[in-house]
Amino acid sequence: MQRRPSRVLAASAAALTAVTLSACASSDRDSGGGGEGGEAQSGGTLVFGATGDPSNLDPAFASDGETFRVLRQIYDGLLQPAEGSTEAEPDLAEGYEVSDDGLEYTFTLRDGVTFHDGTDFNAEAVCFNFERWYNFTGLAQSPSASSYYQDVFGGFADTPDVPNIYAGCEATDELTAVIRLNRVTSKFPAALTLPAFSMQSPTALQEYDADNLSGNEDAFTYSEYGLEHPTGTGPFRFDSWDRGNGQITIVRNDEYWGEPALLDEIVFRTIPDGNTRRQELQAGTIDGYDFVAPADYGTLEGEGAQVLVRDPFNILYLGINAGNVAGTNANPALQDPRIRQAIAHAIDRQTIVNSLLPEGAEVATQFMPPTVDGWADDVTTYDYDPERARQLIDEVNPASRTLRFYYPTDVTRPYLPDPAAMFQAISEDLSEVGFTIEPTALQWNPDYLQAAQAGQADVHLLGWTGDYNDAYNFIGTFFAAKADGLAKAEFGAFDAPEVFAALDRADAEPDPANRTALYQEANRLIMDYLPAVPVSHSPPALVVAEDVQGLTPSPLTAEDFSTVSLTS
Amino acid sequence: MLRFTVRRLLQLVPILLGLSVLLFAWLRALPGGPAQAALGERATPEDIEQYNRLFGLDQPIWIQYLRFLQRAVTLDFGNSTQYGRPVTEVFFERFPGTIELTLAAMVFAIGVGIPLGYVAARRYGSALDSASVVGSLLGVAVPVFFLAYLLRLLFAVELGWLPGSGRQDVRIDATRITNFYVLDGLLTREWDAAWDALLHLVLPALALGTIPLAIIVRITRASVLDVVNEDYVRTANAKGLSAATVRRRHVVRNALLPVSTTIGLQTGLLLSGAVLTETVFAFGGVGLALRDAITYRDFAILQGFILLLAVVYVLVNLLVDISYGVLDPRVRVR
Repeated sequence: MQRRPSRVLAASAAALTAVTLSACASSDRDSGGGGEGGEAQSGGTLVFGATGDPSNLDPAFASDGETFRVLRQIYDGLLQPAEGSTEAEPDLAEGYEVSDDGLEYTFTLRDGVTFHDGTDFNAEAVCFNFERWYNFTGLAQSPSASSYYQDVFGGFADTPDVPNIYAGCEATDELTAVIRLNRVTSKFPAALTLPAFSMQSPTALQEYDADNLSGNEDAFTYSEYGLEHPTGTGPFRFDSWDRGNGQITIVRNDEYWGEPALLDEIVFRTIPDGNTRRQELQAGTIDGYDFVAPADYGTLEGEGAQVLVRDPFNILYLGINAGNVAGTNANPALQDPRIRQAIAHAIDRQTIVNSLLPEGAEVATQFMPPTVDGWADDVTTYDYDPERARQLIDEVNPASRTLRFYYPTDVTRPYLPDPAAMFQAISEDLSEVGFTIEPTALQWNPDYLQAAQAGQADVHLLGWTGDYNDAYNFIGTFFAAKADGLAKAEFGAFDAPEVFAALDRADAEPDPANRTALYQEANRLIMDYLPAVPVSHSPPALVVAEDVQGLTPSPLTAEDFSTVSLTS
Repeated sequence: MLRFTVRRLLQLVPILLGLSVLLFAWLRALPGGPAQAALGERATPEDIEQYNRLFGLDQPIWIQYLRFLQRAVTLDFGNSTQYGRPVTEVFFERFPGTIELTLAAMVFAIGVGIPLGYVAARRYGSALDSASVVGSLLGVAVPVFFLAYLLRLLFAVELGWLPGSGRQDVRIDATRITNFYVLDGLLTREWDAAWDALLHLVLPALALGTIPLAIIVRITRASVLDVVNEDYVRTANAKGLSAATVRRRHVVRNALLPVSTTIGLQTGLLLSGAVLTETVFAFGGVGLALRDAITYRDFAILQGFILLLAVVYVLVNLLVDISYGVLDPRVRVR
């Protein structure tokens, strides 16, 4: 498999190294994918079918894909994912410098940028945003509110017992913001490409009381800012949110600092049912929608629609329970590495990829896709070999060959388009080598997720879509040690100190080249230990009508609609 | 009549109290709590613990219940975990859509059902009668979501005559006053908005109205067949009243008594949220909100909506009982 060249955003281990990034964030805007026929033209309204309503439009309190899709059009961050790729590139920052120890980031900001309320974007605004996140109190600290801040930065100003990596921000001049960290993590600055870390207008945040998540025992109410006055610097401005009709309208920002958007407005309309979304596209009342069922690709393309397939940036794995979670009654045989290897050898992953996943899917050799820095081409692999699997099982001769296999229902995930079919295929393979499968099907959320994450299954299907180009976002999320020094309950809290240490080492390494090598080492250790079986990377797709041009599919589902136009 | 009405309204108190206890216990007995549902596949056990602590879900259930009750008496049903807004606000935003849809469905069901049932009965044994019996059986038997897909495929996708989802075209910039989209269009004289909202009601109303239609046809037919053979109808005919007068004053009026009960019950049912129809047509009423609330374990929405809908259901039934008095003087006397 080909590796992508490592990230441009390299911070040298030598003295302060300037990383100057070309200020071309918005150039080549008309080179996107989408339809080829017809002249791109300005104007018009694009209607996009969403699967659900956004939660609110304050990025700091957002974490789901439908909300992010809207936010990406209204806001900019310091960095953004490059068009059609997972690599970070400059957005509101023209570039940054990193200190030797990797603890100080000096961002040089783009000049002449204003927020939608007319106020200036500058270094003080950057620091205002960082300080705002760090100083959240009360309900704003709920994991359902500021989830990405907590995932990347850790604790808050008033929670000294929770480790946090943010040490401070200083506006050294109008266009220079220095951000200091308490410790190095590979999440920073890659995570700044997430909409959760978008730059927002300090004036609007204060005027509309953005931090005030009022509420009582059961839940909070989003602020007036998040519901009615989102104010960013992006190519589109918020116009209206018609909740009764489930639609959000955003309009072109004519004062945009980059190349202005081509469309006049975009309407995001909530259509929860997948069949309805397809029929609405066929009827011409919407111009596109996301998460197309692979079974519909042919029909839609036959009718002239364009199915835009993203590069896979996810992983499907078969989780294995190591049996260290009290009361979960896991099969003790799974603690023996030979049984885990037997499971890996038993599964015909190539056939699964060929028959159950859309074109472009590939067999996973490790727990992250090849496009992430740190992917290793020399990990131990476990080829399909049922004979070897049987041998291994016979060698161990476990007391029980029964595997309680959990799988979800009522859900389609980008990495798992058809859970029942996937369960069927894997369980047949496992039965073939002598395991007895006891299936349990549960509704996806919350039933299945809770059962799987609590370690109630012997083996289970789950996966992950990456948030940004960082190995820790994949393998750290899965296999890093928890506070008790063991792995997550989902994997039966296994104890593999060498894996945990390798992940910590890689995360704390400031030099990108060294870090990549350390993550490769971590991947090798993980695949030797085999705490679970990586199955596949599967490409999700979105679809647009024939007359939609200029939409480039993004592996991170970070599509930029400002380049989109309608030819009719 | 007043005493009757007051008594019925007072009965609401134990009904709602009992329902709230049942709901509270049932929702909390579901596997997987709101924390897992709200945090999704990225939830860690620590996140779930923190969430439960912040929102008091780690408190004993009776304390949670008492707090809920304390607020509920002031019509504060808390905040939705899914929308991050007060439940009552979401309800009053969604309920007008459901009322509009229910009215449209019932207009269709009643407007077609009563005449069809009447004609079928008067032409008892004819081809039309048989067709109405078979048709109404089919109407009850066909699953709503299947019919909904069929209707949309035909009228929205293939023929393109009618809109297939939503409450109004997204390109119409309508003024909202009451959240009844048709009414709003009329009030603001935005005729295109009113017309468009009306067109959006057609397919969901057809899908939703089919079952009540089938039931109304059958009840009307049976009821008319009963009444035309009554002594008083024979007497009325014998004393030389015109056929039209007999029909209007003796047959229809008496035959409509059981029909009105059916209409009341069906209206009450539809108002409680047409989950399937609203989901298939992406129609933003309470049914769609309830569906999402179950998926996301949005306890506040479920508790608040179901209690408010129970009030609506009881009130509709009360109206039906009162309408009895108008239709049947004997009830009034009692």
